[in-house]
Amino acid sequence: MLKYIVRRMLSLVVILLGVSIIVFMLVHLAPGDPVRIMLGEEAREEDVERLNRLYGFDRPLPVQYVIWLGNALRGDLGTGIRSQLPVTLLIFERMPATIELALWSLVLAVGVGIPLGVLSAVRRNSWIDFGSMFAALVGVAAPNFWVGLILLSQVALHVSWLPIGSRGPSFVDAIVAMVTQFDFMVLWDHFRYVLLPALALGTSIMALITRLTRSSLLEVLNRDYVRTARAKGLRGITVVYGHALKNALLPVVTVVGVQFGALLGGAIVIEVVFAWPGVGRLIVSAISQRDFPVVQGSVLMLAVVFAIANLLVDLSYSLINPRIRYD
Amino acid sequence: MTSATGAPAAATRRRMNPTLRRVFRNKSIMFGSVIIVGLVIVALIGPWITPMDPLQQDIWERYEAPRGLWVDGEFNTRYILGADELGRDLLSRLIIGARVSLMVGLIATGISLVFGVILGAISGYVGGIVDDVIMRVMDVLLALPGILLAIAIVAALGPNIVNAMVAIAIVRIPTMARVVRSDVLAVKTEEFVEAAKALGQSHLIVLFKHILINAWAPALVLATLGMGTAIVAEAALSFLGLGTQPPQVSWGRMLSVGREAIRSAPHVTLYPGIAITIVVLGFSLLGDGLRDVFDRRLKDT
Repeated sequence: MLKYIVRRMLSLVVILLGVSIIVFMLVHLAPGDPVRIMLGEEAREEDVERLNRLYGFDRPLPVQYVIWLGNALRGDLGTGIRSQLPVTLLIFERMPATIELALWSLVLAVGVGIPLGVLSAVRRNSWIDFGSMFAALVGVAAPNFWVGLILLSQVALHVSWLPIGSRGPSFVDAIVAMVTQFDFMVLWDHFRYVLLPALALGTSIMALITRLTRSSLLEVLNRDYVRTARAKGLRGITVVYGHALKNALLPVVTVVGVQFGALLGGAIVIEVVFAWPGVGRLIVSAISQRDFPVVQGSVLMLAVVFAIANLLVDLSYSLINPRIRYD
Repeated sequence: MTSATGAPAAATRRRMNPTLRRVFRNKSIMFGSVIIVGLVIVALIGPWITPMDPLQQDIWERYEAPRGLWVDGEFNTRYILGADELGRDLLSRLIIGARVSLMVGLIATGISLVFGVILGAISGYVGGIVDDVIMRVMDVLLALPGILLAIAIVAALGPNIVNAMVAIAIVRIPTMARVVRSDVLAVKTEEFVEAAKALGQSHLIVLFKHILINAWAPALVLATLGMGTAIVAEAALSFLGLGTQPPQVSWGRMLSVGREAIRSAPHVTLYPGIAITIVVLGFSLLGDGLRDVFDRRLKDT
């Protein structure tokens, strides 16, 4: 197991190095002089030269890369051109919001998807089954940012306690307020703000989980040990929840792991829809302002979070499925 | 296609090969095909069937609500689905936008199919260090969430529809290459391949004529499913202002403009999204069906 973890970490480092090359090249892929693009067409020649020297753009590319990477490893991702603030600071202010959104949408997707899938499997061919399977089919196909727009126009505008966009207090703040001041309103505020964005972001994965739980449970319910349990005279509920579901959920867990990365990506667009102050909105506004250091830094940090999440998911499989052995 | 589902099907049944019969019996494939054929027809004859000029503005009809097909007991062709922020007819714009969606899907998927097959085939066939290098590069591309990679590429190349297609294609290449590689690996050791090699046939002929021809099904399934992904990706990029630029009409752009008026005119965001959902549903039904028929191995992708 330890050997496996070490090997995974090593390959992670190699892949992140590759990502850093892509991220570094982003600026240089752009047609034309990056500094000229940033400053605009009417920039003076001396300003362009000065900025070129400031950013080290006058040196050979490999040298620039090594310097940039060295700085990045020390936590220095440069300075935002518009805000004149360190990029690292900008990202660390917003990353918790993005991760929080992705995690809540995962919780929602699992919390709704699994019960719905179980219900569909147990009541196979009932109207619940058809209804939820149809919803799941549409849910996978509908773009989640559009679901977000619809939730805003059809739900948020008509329900007084649901805000239209932006973020409330963070989950951590809410818990702190609850524990130290017995103030539950902060937690309520937190949920009010996160509910619709998380729902929109989680739609497709929720639909996927529902379908997978249903098909996986149906398959397991046909196995011999389930028949044996039934033959022993166990109640239907005990059979489904005590015996079958545990085994049926393995493929679901795999999908949840694979999809978590997609949530981080989808969050970018959802953040724009709901004015959620996360890294996604930071990237999008940085692109429109041609603030390349911010774009580079954000993409790199999201890749790091993505990689770590994938690693954690892989490692957790061994806890859930004792049959997996790493050697 | 319709001829085979209708009456003549019985006549051809005896001659139809079993795989083809499974294709026609698969409900998923049939439903998906109907949607996609509909999309293709709309995209092809779009300019001739728009009820109004999709570019004509009318400041008095801004955000006009949908009027429906019947107004005062008469057949209506004006603003059936309402108007957008410049008073342009939504239905006409939806019809014209189908072209962009289909084109982006086809071109992006086509590029990813070509490069994915070439890279995957080389990787699997040659093996060794070439395989290692190609697969590591693919791993790096997969280390970023797809939409993030696409956004980053478009940010670098500049926001327009061509760059959006390139970006979407690049995002899809690694998955395609991996699938093709694993198929080439599986077929490579078959006896007929050994036989072809023993006969002294060149590597290119062995690879294309003997290996790839036996490994195309999963790539086809993946490409079909990828059409839906590409169309959603274009919509997302255009929504963020990184895809289609005006005056081009695309469903994603319509959503982006509609967001500004989400309070007063929710219908502007409603219909383009429904169109995207239906089309994506079509491709995923078709892809799922093809997978069931041609390739049971891919079931969990």
